[in-house]
Amino acid sequence: MVDRVSVGVAAFLAVSAVAATAYAQQKDAAQEGIEAYREALQDGNPAELYEATGEELWKTPAGPKKASLEQCDLGLGPGVVKGAYARLPRHFQDTDRVQDLESRLLTCMEALQGKDPKPYVEAAFTAPPKEEMIALAAYVSGQSKGDPIAVTPKHPKEQAMYDLGKRMFYYQGGPYDFSCATCHGQEGTRIRLQDLPYIPGTKGAAAGWGSWPAYRVSAGQMWSMQWRLNDCFRQQRFPEPVYTSDATIALSMFMAANASGETMKTPGIKR
Amino acid sequence: MKHAMKPAAFLAALLLAGPALAQTKAAPSWGPGADDAAFTRMLAASFKDKGIARIDRLTQDETQAFCSDPEAAASPNAAETRQRIEAANMATVKWPSDGKWLGDWKEGEKIAQSGRGNTWTDKPGEPNGGNCYNCHQISPAEISYGTIGPSLLQYGALRGGDEETMKAAWAKIYNAKSLNACSNMPRAGHMGILAETQIKHLMALLFDPASPVNVKTGPVK
Amino acid sequence: MGNPMKIRASAKDGVTEIKILMSHEMETGQRKDANGTVIPAWFINEITAKLDGKTVMQAQWGPSISKNPYLAFKVKGGKAGDKVSVTWVDNRGDTRTDEAAVT
Repeated sequence: MVDRVSVGVAAFLAVSAVAATAYAQQKDAAQEGIEAYREALQDGNPAELYEATGEELWKTPAGPKKASLEQCDLGLGPGVVKGAYARLPRHFQDTDRVQDLESRLLTCMEALQGKDPKPYVEAAFTAPPKEEMIALAAYVSGQSKGDPIAVTPKHPKEQAMYDLGKRMFYYQGGPYDFSCATCHGQEGTRIRLQDLPYIPGTKGAAAGWGSWPAYRVSAGQMWSMQWRLNDCFRQQRFPEPVYTSDATIALSMFMAANASGETMKTPGIKR
Repeated sequence: MKHAMKPAAFLAALLLAGPALAQTKAAPSWGPGADDAAFTRMLAASFKDKGIARIDRLTQDETQAFCSDPEAAASPNAAETRQRIEAANMATVKWPSDGKWLGDWKEGEKIAQSGRGNTWTDKPGEPNGGNCYNCHQISPAEISYGTIGPSLLQYGALRGGDEETMKAAWAKIYNAKSLNACSNMPRAGHMGILAETQIKHLMALLFDPASPVNVKTGPVK
Repeated sequence: MGNPMKIRASAKDGVTEIKILMSHEMETGQRKDANGTVIPAWFINEITAKLDGKTVMQAQWGPSISKNPYLAFKVKGGKAGDKVSVTWVDNRGDTRTDEAAVT
């Protein structure tokens, strides 16, 4: 049984190679059209509107302590926003945790403003508390636009997080046997017409990591990296990742470190 | 989620996959065996039930555990394990109950187009789609197709429709891991994603001479 | 009142290019919410741009314009320091005006 089947598989592969060549031209035309559309989107990214909202949130006193976030330490010292996003995730002494931007924002909101992070963690991505998080992420990420991504795991907890992230990336589960690698583990593939970045490689990791948060034109929504990952897991048929949980930070560390040296293009714009 | 094959608890799965890896790497830095306790803790703390997507979906069966370390799974040392996993998956394949391979290709096209089902935003009890176009080129009229899987244009026209060919295609759809232990393709029948009649419709899409998959194409310029 | 617009204007060789990003839901009136209730139409239906007080562009919009609209156009004349003023009015009667200087 097994032998007959493997012959069938070999024939199947040979045939598909021929078919693929024959239709290459048609494919190229479709691809060109998509690329032209994406280019047309680059001018006038509505993400700027969210950056403006985020900047106001950053600078406006709020919470029980009536404080702004201006003294928040995103890794480059209190109050330094410029270039901070390009160096996240990283280990923070005060929490002794590896944190991505959104988990770090929660730390600052709790410490500086006296806010309870719980409602921010539990709210749906379209609910007001998450809208705040996303606007803040848009603002902070915009302050690293054009900077080189500089994430090299050095601290033992950063190295452990990278390894956990790599393992998470390849971890299969659920009714479809999907892992992140099912879609993002080969070069040059796509789902329907959507190109899939190859996350283990530098260029692919940068195409993914370096372009979120991003404005999604078709949905008219601004998505943070946490939202991006959340929806990946939904489509992976996994249970829901907890907002700013270690699995999401580990994956972020895996992506950011793989993308290191490439350029941050945040906030991005997607179809 | 149905597990016709013996389900392995998460830790048991790690133990199964562990020795295979140890043969290829002296000190695994990240895969199974690296820091299983930390990884297990992370999974348990990071995910929660939502809708029909419950945390038990993170419990791996042997196939999933084995394929979660792709480098080790593809190594020559793992050839025996691969064959054993393929055979175990082949044993799960349920052949058509009435002996008929083909349904209606038009229904098959609808199933191939639909990517619905099994996410936490899907309602229980509604029929699932096949997700086929996400990864495969199928009917030439549909230009929005993915490329993770091979093109299926001319599938039946090029292969004919003898018993063995039908059987291989059915096994591939029912349980893709029966032919390739770590195929990217879901196990549509085995995991209860598609019902027998739906698989027949997809078979018709691939093999029916009237299906657009098999229409004659002109010479390519 | 709405959220502020982002306006950029730059003059070069006697032509001023004006780029405007507006924050607006632009509901078509065709969509339904999770309960099946129609979401009422809500969109900008009038937009006016002035360069140094003189109207240089006026348009009537409908529900086919996307959420958070982006508009770019060029006008003859204008120089650095000139004032650009943009006003939109939506079908609920809400309006907003923002200004920027030509660079």
